[in-house]
Amino acid sequence: MAKSSRLMPRDQTAHPRAYWPDYKTSVARSPRNALLSLEPTVTEETGPVFGHDILGKYDNDLIQNFTQGASLAIGERIRVHGRVQDENGRAVANALIEVWQANAGGRYRHVKDGYFAPLDPGFGGCGRTITDDDGCYEFMTVKPGAYPWPNRANDWRPAHIHFSLFGASFGQRLISQMYFEGDPLIRLCPIAATIEDQGQLDRLVAPLDMAASRPMDYLAYKFDIVLRGRRQTMFENKPEGL
Amino acid sequence: MVQPLDINRETPSQTAGPYVHIGCIPTFAGITTIYPEDLGLSPFSDGAKGDLITITGSIFDGTGWALRDAMVESWQADAAGNYPGQPGADPSVTGFCRFAADKDSGEFTLKTIKPGPPGSQAPHIALWVVARGINTGLSTRIYFPEDDHGSDPVLTRIEQRHRVDTLIAKKTGDARYRFDIRLQGEGETVFLDM
Ligand SMILES: [Fe+3]
Repeated sequence: MAKSSRLMPRDQTAHPRAYWPDYKTSVARSPRNALLSLEPTVTEETGPVFGHDILGKYDNDLIQNFTQGASLAIGERIRVHGRVQDENGRAVANALIEVWQANAGGRYRHVKDGYFAPLDPGFGGCGRTITDDDGCYEFMTVKPGAYPWPNRANDWRPAHIHFSLFGASFGQRLISQMYFEGDPLIRLCPIAATIEDQGQLDRLVAPLDMAASRPMDYLAYKFDIVLRGRRQTMFENKPEGL
Repeated sequence: MVQPLDINRETPSQTAGPYVHIGCIPTFAGITTIYPEDLGLSPFSDGAKGDLITITGSIFDGTGWALRDAMVESWQADAAGNYPGQPGADPSVTGFCRFAADKDSGEFTLKTIKPGPPGSQAPHIALWVVARGINTGLSTRIYFPEDDHGSDPVLTRIEQRHRVDTLIAKKTGDARYRFDIRLQGEGETVFLDM
């Protein structure tokens, strides 16, 4: 381990509260005791490495990957792109990004999803990509539909894409969701509301990016992501392994 | 006023939701045409040094119900205590595994090789638990009852000594362990911010 690259403590105020009564499932699934805060060890400083060689031709094209190009998914064609950097503004290269989402009608291809919007025979609902040397990524998909879910009497999820990110170490692991600019359901959503800081929630809302769209083909949305950073110190005097 | 520090804030977490399997373990979820196999099927391959062990357990909510929808990731060192990428690391150990609670029983199984001690830490497997209702993924660790925990930085820092037991697997047979995670309530697992 390079001694100048220890993970910074996680800013827990950047994240949602674990206990959020309006999101009913969180009530019994939120720890009541405080987290045990410690300096990261080698366990958190290291992490799995995924090479670009795991990526198949259609992995970052959710419009085609379920049928491997045999047919196209139904829905509004969009390109999602952005840059992954850390808290210090350094690009995170080789970050594995996995995404999953409902189809254009708001239905997931999952045994537990019983919503009566139809499955799309041309859409699986997942994809993955790896950031380049500048931390940039992109994928093609269809805009997911909003969907109702059992929580309060009439709750609907805003259109969203789930994101899973691996940085360079296990201590940077993050799962989040991307929302879409202008969606009136965001301010009604108790899951979005778990992020009390409006400025932080805004950072999950991807703006329409006409400059990155392609005429007569797709619209684009830009979604930048910040992972936990590494401290910039000249030296460390703690014994190795701690 | 002072100069700005120019520190970015981390992107906030959101729950992985009930369909995390689609994105992280799609083959497990029945989506088999996109990738050849799921990532993290096993943390080791043939030829890995060390003792093969099996850990089973469940993740219980505050009412005592075992979650059926959780996904867990594990990260560990090889039998000598080296992490992948470190000098001397066993090339047959990837160290990373993904597994899910069974949709009917809520039980998970992790088949792995027993890790060695990384530096002065006791042997352990780091876990990251995500599910519907968990707004930020929860980190914890599995330790083993037969090891010396005296110099471990995590276990020695737990003030309420009875809570140490929540991080130590129970031996249930030859090379078999049980490790239950309790999200809330009596016996609540110690979760880590590291
Ligand atoms: Fe969702």
